[in-house]
Amino acid sequence: MESIKDKVAIIGMGCTKFGERWDAGLDDLAIEAAYEAFEDAGIGPEDIQACWYGTVTAPTTGLGATHAANPLKLRIPMTRVENWCITGHEALRNACFGIASGMYDIVLALGVEKLKDTGFPGLGTGRGMGPVLEARRTSPGSFALIATRYFYTYNLTPEEGKITIGKIAVKNHNNGSMCPKAHFRNKITLEQVLNAPIIAWPLGLFDCCGNSDGGAAAILVPAKIAKNFRKDPVYIKGLGQSFDPLLPHVRPGFDWLTWEALINSSRQAYEQAGIKNPREELDIAEVHDCFTSTELIIYENFGFSPRGGAKEDIDAGFFELTGGLPVNADGGLKCFGHPVGASGLRMTYEVYKQIQGKAQSPERQLKDVKLGLSHTFGGPPQVSAVAILGRELG
Amino acid sequence: MSGIVSYGAYIPLWRISRDTIAAGWGRPSLGGERSVANNDEDAVTMAVEAVLDCLSGVEREKVDGLYFASTTAPFREKQCAALVAAAADLRADIITMDFGNSLRAGTAALRAAVDAVNSGSAQNVMVVAADCRLAYPRSDYEQNFGDGAAAFLVSKSGAPVATVDGSYSVSNEMYDVWRLDKDIFVQSWEDRFIIEHGYLENMYKAVSGLMKKYSLDMKSLNKAVFYAPTARAQQTLARQVGLDVKTQLQDLLINNVGVCGSAHALMMLVAALEDAKGGETFLLASYGDGSDAFIIKVTGQVIKARDGRRGIKGFLNSKRALPSYERYLSYRGLVEAQPGEPFRLFPSSSASWRERNWAIRFHGSRCRDCGLITFPIQRVCYGCRSKDNYEEVRLSDKKGKIYTFSLDSLAGRSDDPMVPHIVIESELGNTRIYSIMTDCDPSEIKIGMTVEMTFRRLYEGGGMYNYFWKCRPVR
Repeated sequence: MESIKDKVAIIGMGCTKFGERWDAGLDDLAIEAAYEAFEDAGIGPEDIQACWYGTVTAPTTGLGATHAANPLKLRIPMTRVENWCITGHEALRNACFGIASGMYDIVLALGVEKLKDTGFPGLGTGRGMGPVLEARRTSPGSFALIATRYFYTYNLTPEEGKITIGKIAVKNHNNGSMCPKAHFRNKITLEQVLNAPIIAWPLGLFDCCGNSDGGAAAILVPAKIAKNFRKDPVYIKGLGQSFDPLLPHVRPGFDWLTWEALINSSRQAYEQAGIKNPREELDIAEVHDCFTSTELIIYENFGFSPRGGAKEDIDAGFFELTGGLPVNADGGLKCFGHPVGASGLRMTYEVYKQIQGKAQSPERQLKDVKLGLSHTFGGPPQVSAVAILGRELG
Repeated sequence: MSGIVSYGAYIPLWRISRDTIAAGWGRPSLGGERSVANNDEDAVTMAVEAVLDCLSGVEREKVDGLYFASTTAPFREKQCAALVAAAADLRADIITMDFGNSLRAGTAALRAAVDAVNSGSAQNVMVVAADCRLAYPRSDYEQNFGDGAAAFLVSKSGAPVATVDGSYSVSNEMYDVWRLDKDIFVQSWEDRFIIEHGYLENMYKAVSGLMKKYSLDMKSLNKAVFYAPTARAQQTLARQVGLDVKTQLQDLLINNVGVCGSAHALMMLVAALEDAKGGETFLLASYGDGSDAFIIKVTGQVIKARDGRRGIKGFLNSKRALPSYERYLSYRGLVEAQPGEPFRLFPSSSASWRERNWAIRFHGSRCRDCGLITFPIQRVCYGCRSKDNYEEVRLSDKKGKIYTFSLDSLAGRSDDPMVPHIVIESELGNTRIYSIMTDCDPSEIKIGMTVEMTFRRLYEGGGMYNYFWKCRPVR
């Protein structure tokens, strides 16, 4: 197996305003994301040779890549990808392979999701596990299973546990408050988190990400020609992806804390990028905080914190903007919501901008970002994707 | 001679005080409480409960017939007995039959089972009756009715708990209580007429006919297990036939359960057996479009048979109070609950058929190579990847402990807004099972708590009822 390291570069990215975009359909979101990316790369849609397009809950108005081809008037090879919550990363990953194979020189990775045309506030029930196992299952109901078991395993009282994950929500909202494209831009206090209505015990309202519309896009070229387009391209250093082989709910012996998909996908990406100690070497990480309990276990499965040690790092502010490894510097899914097909590319957009020193609103800009990670995680059963981006070749 | 070798019963967890119902309408209360099936229960699920109770200590592979009786079958066309037999994980090569339409359906099924076993056409027939009838809101019947089920295993071999030593029936054509094919609620004619010319007249004929046929004296009876629509009607009948109301009359279960339709006479018989001694003689009589009467002789096995089953006593003591009349109306579908998050996956007949062994029989797979048990059935082993090399194992009769849980406020119906999601570690091979918990107080759920499985109706969709297993705190 070869490494993807330094074979592909990103020369342009776009990201829509996320939120309840009653004004915008799937087509509008695709246009908004793609045209910002075209402008950023200094190219036009006519330059794109192939497109990978990610969306999950596509409306009945069009399957396949319809909602990318129609609005953008593309007459090129187009592939629709869908892979749970990592769909945005799948568009990026497969587009990278399109470049790395030598088949294409300029490709578009596009991820768009329109959730707010469904008439209900969450992602709803009835996906993934079939009519009987799925009945009345929801995402918060399933991810809360992690929190309950984590608290039990590490002897945290429900109050201590809720404070621990609540601090993640406070951190992400603080970051998101400085991000113009975020859906939610309100700072919150720990007290607000703890007093919020329960969505799925032990998760309260602020432990859950919002339900938003959005889109994001990336233009990819071979690394060796990237500087022909701009002086500060960002290079792909590693791409990892892994599934878990059986629903966590019924997986024999599963501890609800050790997720093979997380461990495998991060290990693959670290190895390709040559990262030995992610806690020290990464300058920024955008991880899948669909729920605060998810971000908690990602710290430990990604090697950011030792097992059982996340609480100590959270209490010390290690993942805050001023900490050793800022996580979700743009506010994460907590503030952007999770328009499923867009999220992986939206997170990659933040890492890309931070590396270039061009984060939206300078107060959030981190110093000297050389290496960053973006990550999405979905299911069930779980699937996880990791992309590592770098400022320099080599 | 055939005999009853095992019995079981079921009473739903939920009870409502008749005062609460009465207060809803500003009417007098009949006193006491009645049982109420949960919003995920129906005659089929209650029948499964009673059958499982009856199967305790029984080799279920030997059961070669299942007769289901109800006036509230969830299907107009489609057999309930086949579904109950599958959920109870009985063999497929058995006789299954549904009995319905009459409050006598339960005893009709019992008599048919006795006849089948006596004739040699079957060896071990499970009889189960379950009912959850609906009365018009505000009517006396609404307070009077209850929901429940009873089951008996009738067998030619084995040590009987009781033998059925004689029977006598009368048939009667009359509109006294009825439902047309399109009716939801029980209709009835004027009370004095239907008690006098319906209940009393026909019960008297059947009871006296039975006693005469077998030359028995009323004084020889230890208990008369008389179905009745009211306690007063039961006592009037007892006096008419010359029984001592105080000592010979089996309690009607009216004060604490309510009248459970076609299951009621059989539930009373279970209750009678729970207090019986060997050598006692019962008279069992049901009513509905006539009457079925039986002589039941109790054997010395009756004491031993009480072990390991819940019966009426066990389920009576395990209860929770429904807090409001509105909740009762919603549980029984009389006011419409807001359905909660919409379901996008409706049952598919062909998919459900393929999945029947895990979804209905609740089987997991045990790998023949590494022994790992997984639920649902896995063709390729999670542990060792051995392919198509497994045996099916039943998990429905195993208890388990909660491994982790969450209390979901998003997806529930408006009358049960919190859905407890439970990951169970089964006592069989630590098999992991995922299910919703029902019949519980969510605030009492914790890791390590012991749960048991219960067959429930999940929801209606795509023109079908979707049945599956949930868990509940051990009752």
